[in-house]
Amino acid sequence: MFLITCPFCGEREQSEFKAGGEAHIERPKQPTELSDDEWAEYLFMRKNIKGVQFERWNHAHGCRKWFNMIRDTSNDTIKAVYKMGEKPPVK
Amino acid sequence: MKNRYSIFSLIKNAFSYHENWQKAWKDPTPKKEYDAVIIGGGGHGLATAYYLAKKHNMTNIAVVEKGWIGGGNTGRNTTIIRSNYLWDASAGLYDHALKLWEGLSQEINYNVMFSQRGVMNLAHNLQDIRDLKRRTHANRLNGIDAVYLSTEEVKKFCPIINTSPNIRYPVLGGTLQRRAGTARHDAVAWGYARGADEMGVDIIQNCEVKGIKRNGDEVEGIETTKGFIKTKKVGVVAAGHSSVLANMAGLRLPLESKPLQALVSEPVKPIIDTVVMSNAVHAYVSQSDKGELVIGAGTDDYISYSQKGSHDIVEGTLNAILELYPIFSRMRMLRQWGGIVDICPDASPIISKTNVKGLYFNCGWGTGGFKATPGSGDLFAHTIANDEPHKLNAAFNLNRFISGDLVDEHGAAAVAH
Ligand SMILES: Cc1cc2nc3c(=O)[nH]c(=O)nc-3n(C[C@H](O)[C@H](O)[C@H](O)COP(=O)(O)OP(=O)(O)OC[C@H]3O[C@@H](n4cnc5c(N)ncnc54)[C@H](O)[C@@H]3O)c2cc1C
Ligand SMILES: [Zn+2]
Repeated sequence: MFLITCPFCGEREQSEFKAGGEAHIERPKQPTELSDDEWAEYLFMRKNIKGVQFERWNHAHGCRKWFNMIRDTSNDTIKAVYKMGEKPPVK
Repeated sequence: MKNRYSIFSLIKNAFSYHENWQKAWKDPTPKKEYDAVIIGGGGHGLATAYYLAKKHNMTNIAVVEKGWIGGGNTGRNTTIIRSNYLWDASAGLYDHALKLWEGLSQEINYNVMFSQRGVMNLAHNLQDIRDLKRRTHANRLNGIDAVYLSTEEVKKFCPIINTSPNIRYPVLGGTLQRRAGTARHDAVAWGYARGADEMGVDIIQNCEVKGIKRNGDEVEGIETTKGFIKTKKVGVVAAGHSSVLANMAGLRLPLESKPLQALVSEPVKPIIDTVVMSNAVHAYVSQSDKGELVIGAGTDDYISYSQKGSHDIVEGTLNAILELYPIFSRMRMLRQWGGIVDICPDASPIISKTNVKGLYFNCGWGTGGFKATPGSGDLFAHTIANDEPHKLNAAFNLNRFISGDLVDEHGAAAVAH
């Protein structure tokens, strides 16, 4: 359990949020051109990083807006929170 | 040779105050090269090594474990064993394991305390009833014992359940698999380790794998905290850390690692002699031989390797437990812990070859792999030894995420565990 600072509402309990998994996975521009391998990559294959990971979160029991987060999954510390469409503030 | 465990060895050792028991396994330093190396000394990894030695004569092999054997999910799970899965492929896989459990203590001369006390799954709404009935029929077509119970029959089988129609999620029925039950988690790891060690397998603890070395499309060996080990075959059985190991070999897996929690109460006299699971309210309970209530909670919904879960998950589970079993309202909980489970998109495992020659993965068991330990080890050993899957694990290949031939056991399998 940890606290998350929603970019719209401020600091709230993690239980108010829904995790949306790995961030910055781009939807294929031309889905009809995709091979089965490429579909599998897009749909299923994940980095599932132990360490600093970029991910999407939704403030499900709050403003219900999506945003991005950089979090260390080995100890659940949050490095940064930024809005959808914004560039990650750290690498 | 290992001395056999029996009532006589117990009496004999009592005379020397149990101070002269033979070591169950050695503590070897790794050799320079092995015919195969298994990464991960959980139940699945140790079982794999055992069957590689026993059935495929591969004895020049090692199990490499970063901590102590059985210290991962094997030693953290709620030990529910059942085989009443929906799809044919799953039924084949899990019932193969259940049949091995039935003779396991004799097979490895180690009491794994397998107890076929039955597992009951509850239905709380109309959809649950339909799903559970469908699953019961599917199970019986696959030769797996299953019965559907009415609310009265549920109450009769487990009298402490609150079957009042006035609770938030009333019990409308349930299923029962009588051959299902529980086993002693540590004993499974220790028993397989002892058996494998006896056949010459090196069990190397406190040895973390830091890299998987490839020569083009072939495996060459592994980098560990105890040095480089050369080998042509690597079987990865690392549960929650599978993706970390895959990344070392330059592969990606369709997995997400999440914390799953369990807790036990103070020990009390026998009160519940079966296992009861409820998917809808997400609570499972059984009683250990020591008398503790063993309660399983749900997973957190975010990726984490922190090996601890959130408090609100435990709170939700205990709310459900208390509504279903008001008799437990004064119980005190003794311990709570988490394990990191590797969840697959279709909630089915992966026991598979990869694009890299000599590199095999056994993972994706997520919240429910303990029950499969013997079967998983047997089939993974077959896959590694023959470089081909056995027919029982053919459907559980990595390729299914490309072909779309998923084995969708989400919900269909009654519950997560
Ligand atoms: C709370 C909880 C409850 C559960 N309840 C049930 C249940 O009731 N029924 C059921 O069937 N299943 C249940 N499960 C799931 C079950 O525990 C697992 O699916 C199963 O035990 C996995 O076994 P394993 O041997 O693959 O993994 P583990 O026992 O986790 O073994 C993997 C090993 O790999 C080692 N490792 C990882 N990385 C490295 C590395 N780099 N180098 C060397 N070694 C490494 C780890 O230290 C670990 O010992 C539960 C899990 C949890 C956490
Ligand atoms: Zn918000």
